[in-house]
Amino acid sequence: MSQNTMNLKLKVWRQKNANTTGAFVTYDVAGISHEMSFLEMLDILNEKLIVDGGEPVAFDHDCREGICGMCSLYINGKPHGPWQANTTCQLHMRAFKDGETIVIEPWRANSFPIVKDLTVDRSAFDRIIQAGGYVSVNTGNAVDGNSLPIEKDKADASFAAAMCIGCGACVAACKNSSAMLFLSAKVSHLALLPQGAIERKSRVLNMVAQMDKEGFGACTNTGACEATCPKEISISNIARLNLEYLGAGLTAE
Amino acid sequence: MLDSKIPAGKLEDKWVDYKGHCKLVNPANKRKMEVIIVGTGLAGASAAAAMGELGYKVKAFCFQDSPRRAHSIAAQGGINAAKNYQNDGDSVFRLFYDTIKGGDYRAREANVHRLAEVSSNIIDQCVAQGVPFAREYGGLLSNRSFGGTQVQRTFYAAGQTGQQLLIGAYQALERQVALGNVTMHARHEMLDVVKIDGVAKGIIARNLITGELEKHFGHAVLLCTGGYGNVFYLSTNAMGSNVTAAWKAHKQGAYFANPCFTQIHPTCIPVSGDHQSKLTLMSESLRNDGRIWVPKKLGETRKANEIPEEERDYYLERRYPAFGNLVPRDVASRAAKERCDAGYGVGTSKQAVYLDYAAAIERYGKIEVSKQGLKDVSIDQIIAMGKEVVKEKYGNLFEMYAKITGENPYEVPMRIYPAVHYTMGGLWVDYELQTNVKGLYALGEANFSDHGANRLGASALMQGLADGYFVAPYTVGNNLADEIYNAAIPTTHPAFEAAAKVVAERIASLKNINGKQSVESFHKRLGKIIWNECGMSRNKEGLLKAIADVQALKKEFWSDVRIPGEINEYNPELDKANRVADFIELGELMCVDALNREESCGGHFREEYQTPEGEALRDDENYMYVAAWENKGEHEWQLHKEELKYEVIKPSQRNYK
Repeated sequence: MSQNTMNLKLKVWRQKNANTTGAFVTYDVAGISHEMSFLEMLDILNEKLIVDGGEPVAFDHDCREGICGMCSLYINGKPHGPWQANTTCQLHMRAFKDGETIVIEPWRANSFPIVKDLTVDRSAFDRIIQAGGYVSVNTGNAVDGNSLPIEKDKADASFAAAMCIGCGACVAACKNSSAMLFLSAKVSHLALLPQGAIERKSRVLNMVAQMDKEGFGACTNTGACEATCPKEISISNIARLNLEYLGAGLTAE
Repeated sequence: MLDSKIPAGKLEDKWVDYKGHCKLVNPANKRKMEVIIVGTGLAGASAAAAMGELGYKVKAFCFQDSPRRAHSIAAQGGINAAKNYQNDGDSVFRLFYDTIKGGDYRAREANVHRLAEVSSNIIDQCVAQGVPFAREYGGLLSNRSFGGTQVQRTFYAAGQTGQQLLIGAYQALERQVALGNVTMHARHEMLDVVKIDGVAKGIIARNLITGELEKHFGHAVLLCTGGYGNVFYLSTNAMGSNVTAAWKAHKQGAYFANPCFTQIHPTCIPVSGDHQSKLTLMSESLRNDGRIWVPKKLGETRKANEIPEEERDYYLERRYPAFGNLVPRDVASRAAKERCDAGYGVGTSKQAVYLDYAAAIERYGKIEVSKQGLKDVSIDQIIAMGKEVVKEKYGNLFEMYAKITGENPYEVPMRIYPAVHYTMGGLWVDYELQTNVKGLYALGEANFSDHGANRLGASALMQGLADGYFVAPYTVGNNLADEIYNAAIPTTHPAFEAAAKVVAERIASLKNINGKQSVESFHKRLGKIIWNECGMSRNKEGLLKAIADVQALKKEFWSDVRIPGEINEYNPELDKANRVADFIELGELMCVDALNREESCGGHFREEYQTPEGEALRDDENYMYVAAWENKGEHEWQLHKEELKYEVIKPSQRNYK
């Protein structure tokens, strides 16, 4: 355990609510240990702001172990900060140097309106799932879990897509604010399994329609989403999505 | 004495008979019945989906921005089911027996048997939903073993089983939202239960974005709000996990059962400093292959890899040869604490033990060599191949460890220490999962019913989904059948107005304290008191002191807490203040309960009551009961007992040697 501590300058986006304009405010934080997580560093800033009579910085977070997808933050121009395959809550202060200035912004996308400061509204993702991101099976209908063997490779590929945590970093990273990586992960997860294959056509058509309705941009294959995804969801899922979409469109009744 | 309404008949027939005879609500009437579900973890999301599918009008609430964030998502290891796919001697009875024994004979037989009965349906249902469980090359489902059992009955999806199960339930829930059967209220927190003539008829919820208080009617109210581990401040729970909904129910008359039964998980990443905001679990599945040890020498200063084999104390294998590293969680945690307290701990803080994968890496490497029929393979190659196998099984856990600690667990043993993980206690419920307040139910971790004094690994996911998919739809329906004559009550009813007023006044009084200290600082202090005196081991003197300390802390909180911002806006500090105020009151009750229970069982270890070998010493004659506490006002509770009758299993001292 190191005794290293740092003093940092934070440029944080402050915005009272969706109806007001925001601006960067600069704060100094001192005595930050390398072992702290990024959010623990923000906890220290907030503790200081509260005790001094100010208003703490609002940011979304919950599990703090990289799986719930609630934390966000655009850190020095990168969603979830400088580390690869990582969420903001798992980013540790070892990643920064003493005296550094860190710029902290919310996800920026029209489909993710700002709630306050660094907190945004990602309910558009829920509505995309509502459009077809499921298998239509009621409770109690199921046959024995082993009655339908699934090739291990396919099950593994489905799982790799299903690992998406719905954080929205892909949208934040994309210059077009496209949600194609998020959507393609769900379409792939279900299309790769026999249980999900039955509804694959209507699913992909309805989910894409909902994505467009939410105002997400188009995909221009820059790959920024894949590079920033904390769960390393592959861009090949977007290729699968395009195939599914094309196929469904051609063969639709 | 409390009536748990356990059906008559033989243990294995109870649930079948119940389902065969319970009252039903016809589809036309279901459409008129409104059901409120608070919390959207495994229990809540599955209940909302299942009740929505049946045609009830469901209103679901969660404090997160989406139901998919609930903390069930963080469960790593797996979910148990008595499928016996491995042909290794598993059965419904064996799962039932292991769970009762693992719970140190403080759980209800009938509930646990029902849990074991429906366990298989859960796996089938999840597979049908498209949950991508781990599979073998033949395409069939894979299993692994967990603590406290000798069979392989745990289904898993790498180290993200909770995530995959929750996503399955979340998708089923969103499907019902799309169909109009479920209305979802995200970023809402329940702040009171509304009762009319003693029956739960709705809730008061706060819209966390606008701060507005909302009144919602329901013919039934289901609390699926998880556990209260965050009372300790540092735990593996999510930052937002809280007891508020359950505590409000308690204040409205629902009994709180066995609050002192908390689970300290043995394999977590140790605390690194005062800044720490939460602890991270390393799945129990790691104990399948990892070996736990400390140095044999007091004051050892060498690095782990420099300590030769014969100078390592594999204390679990030494003390418990039959179960070894796979003893139940309470036993493993206490054993780690015992070694660290005796001065053998490792790392800078000396509050840690090693979890070592070197032997497993070599073993797996050798298996790969023989699988591939290779000859003349160097030890380095064997180890490289073994690392690949370990990576496939536990890769995400190892990565997480490396990110948090900055160390490479493939090269050096991990350091682990016990941390608060789960709470077996919760709202008292009967066989139907109904609290003693009519119309108010508790599902999943929020109730107390299935895990006794200690929960076995991979059983929380099982219970959450059992309650939501397969139990509540029947038992809630049985009671709603009597409600079909009662139309929805408009929320202009005086009971709703009065409840909303009480909530508004409480929020205003919190905000008006205008003190100097942050909510977080009070939470940290509460956590220290409870961890020190009501954590892994407890004694009378410490508990008495803790009760006094918590009472003093409560006074200080209500006179010096500072909540910035406004009431009618998005204000996370205000949300937290509401929760911490409730945690403080719960903390006192936990100590009261621990003080009352003059025995050791499961996760509750009273230092005064132990065997000469340091194992938990139960007192079945005097404490074979569920302690259900009724709130009687400020610092006052009345104890109600539910006697536990073991008709099938004969309680004995748990033996994992």
